[in-house]
Amino acid sequence: MNLLTINNHQSVPFSTIPELNYDLFFELNISLTTNHPERHCVLYFGYMENRQIHLICCIADDLQHNILISSTIVKCDAVLNSFSAKNLTFEKFEREIHENFGIAYSDHPWLKPVRYAQNRSDKSLTMHNYPFFNIESEELHEVGVGPVHAGIIEPGHFRFVCNGEQILHLEIQLGYQHRGIEQLFLEKTKLIQRTTLAESIAGDSVVGHTTAFAYLLECLNGTVPTPGTIYSRTIAQELERIAIHTGGLSGICTDVAYQLGSSVFGRLRTPVINFFQEWCGNRLAKGLIRAGYNPYPFDEALADRLNKILNAFEPDFLEMNRELSRLPSSLSRFERTGTLTYEQLLSIGAVGMSARMNALNRDIRISHPYGLYNELNHNPVIKHHGDVYSRVQIRREEVIQSISYIRHLLNKLPEEEKVQDQPLTFNPDSFAISLTEGWRGEICHAAVTGKNGELKIYKVKDPSFHNWLALALAVRNNEISDFPVCNKSFDLSYCGHDL
Amino acid sequence: MLKTLKILYHQGKQYIPDLTKAKVPGIFRGRPEISLEQVDVKALADICPTDAIMPDPVRIDLGRCTFCGECSRLYPGKIRFTTDYRLSTNDRKMLIISEGAVDPIRLNPDLIRKEIHKIFSGSLKLRQVSAAGDNSCELELNACGNVNFDMGRYGIEFVASPRHADGIVITGPISRNMSEPLQMTYDATPSPKIIILAGTDAISGGIFESSSAIDRRFIENNHIDLYVPGNPVHPLTFINGLLDLLGITR
Repeated sequence: MNLLTINNHQSVPFSTIPELNYDLFFELNISLTTNHPERHCVLYFGYMENRQIHLICCIADDLQHNILISSTIVKCDAVLNSFSAKNLTFEKFEREIHENFGIAYSDHPWLKPVRYAQNRSDKSLTMHNYPFFNIESEELHEVGVGPVHAGIIEPGHFRFVCNGEQILHLEIQLGYQHRGIEQLFLEKTKLIQRTTLAESIAGDSVVGHTTAFAYLLECLNGTVPTPGTIYSRTIAQELERIAIHTGGLSGICTDVAYQLGSSVFGRLRTPVINFFQEWCGNRLAKGLIRAGYNPYPFDEALADRLNKILNAFEPDFLEMNRELSRLPSSLSRFERTGTLTYEQLLSIGAVGMSARMNALNRDIRISHPYGLYNELNHNPVIKHHGDVYSRVQIRREEVIQSISYIRHLLNKLPEEEKVQDQPLTFNPDSFAISLTEGWRGEICHAAVTGKNGELKIYKVKDPSFHNWLALALAVRNNEISDFPVCNKSFDLSYCGHDL
Repeated sequence: MLKTLKILYHQGKQYIPDLTKAKVPGIFRGRPEISLEQVDVKALADICPTDAIMPDPVRIDLGRCTFCGECSRLYPGKIRFTTDYRLSTNDRKMLIISEGAVDPIRLNPDLIRKEIHKIFSGSLKLRQVSAAGDNSCELELNACGNVNFDMGRYGIEFVASPRHADGIVITGPISRNMSEPLQMTYDATPSPKIIILAGTDAISGGIFESSSAIDRRFIENNHIDLYVPGNPVHPLTFINGLLDLLGITR
């Protein structure tokens, strides 16, 4: 067998991953993904051992609900054929491997720095000399924006090539937010330190990332979370989706100068995040999810509170959305703005909300279910226009869907459990992978352990890793004045990408 | 038009009338109190993910604390987080809470630069720089201006350009890759100007302190006018800190 087939949240002995020569590894993964929209690469990474680079590729199969793993070993000075030349969905992964280890690719179309990691192989590449694509023309001009932006948001640099007010090309330079998270996961050995790191990967996706982290550590430990823990995590995941989607709608209204929508959606988010605080003491749910135990069990009093909050939230949310969707001045800014086709989304490997906006059904809750999503019979919200308005509609409908899921769960409170935590030790010489569906899309954490069960590699992938390219393509041929609303409608993470 | 008015009417009253006396709902990990109970102080200090707890006598440095609550969960008799959200100060030493101390955290009036009251108390425009912040403090700083907290009522606002600003608010531990844009933003802000650190990551580096991808020289080289602890900062912590700094007592 050339492939190891495993499930989401499963740990396997590392030695069971087939090790192929590079040509076979290449053929296999290209044939798995090309012309198979149901399969895409969730993680492709390398690590150095004994002066050789181990490459591990993880392909998720949405119909079989499993993950296909294969590996190869190459030399540091190897010159390889790139996957990306055949299938563009691998481009970012190969750029990361090139940046970290200096592996050369003979035919990669766009071999540029990813995030200027502090342990990159070529230190002569700096934030200053990023090789921007430019056009030799006297008619066109360039516009540079950032890294520090006008609002209170994270830093990143956008370089537009414009013809008058029309964007011909956008290139996004990231890396400003790089904190060395993956390295810190290995250096910090206490569980609470690693949990704090997981909570800090992206502060707007605390539940998504910390849940992926907790499941990963639990499967490496060989334990299964209790029903009460699974229940809390599922409720928290959907609450986070409601809160951030509502805040996102507020931001989108701000960017088309619709003050009423901005204020109303902004204030509607407040009771939802305040509920997180009532539950766990933090408005963004830091502290709520812990690997190995459930520090804040969900009880009847919390269920009553949440029910009341959602009952008050829903009519105001719906009323505001009804008004927004029949307001010509907002619709004219949303419709046919920042459009991507299904073929484009498929070719770049978009995930989550950004994929579902035009018929590409990628949702871990149905393809690799965890928590209580099997029981909820999850049915992803799919839109078909790929424009800003599709992304507005997805938010609206996913909020309504999440409310119905939570209401369903509130009628099925878990039995009271004794809170107990035990130290988590990890299976030695193992590999494990954990996927969750955050509000942006699929979050992937993976780890490799050494012979004493210590962490040898910890990998994190935020959905933004795939989706930044979607934003860059979506704004082509749009007016540059529509860039803010396009950007906000994707709402991608800078720190989740830069790590 | 009628529909718009109807929506407005349905929102009811959303603003918090008095931001200095508002109560936070449910549990909140604010200013901790450390009892005099005898415990294994080494074991207690060892719990902390960021070495914010110092033994003999037990103290907690809120500039390093991530407010994870792990110490109070395992030693509930020793450490208790109160709901007091007024954590901001201009004196770094004030952030170190000692055993037995129950005093509120306030600003040290002697350390407030003289021009601050005079120039900024009627209007303060701030530029925010996220320097590897994880977007949690950024979300909360945005919330300061929403209709609930409405910081604008005091003439305090975030502006789009450092040229329009009276100071900068830094979030995040300051990555190497952001150190230069941060310095450039500060340089572009006209004097006199203030520096505010929002969140534990900005004050001490937090969990990222030991990372080689971090560069904290900007903090070492400049005078800090306000420290706002939190992970993320609560809007009430931030706004009350500013009111104290500016001497606004309304």
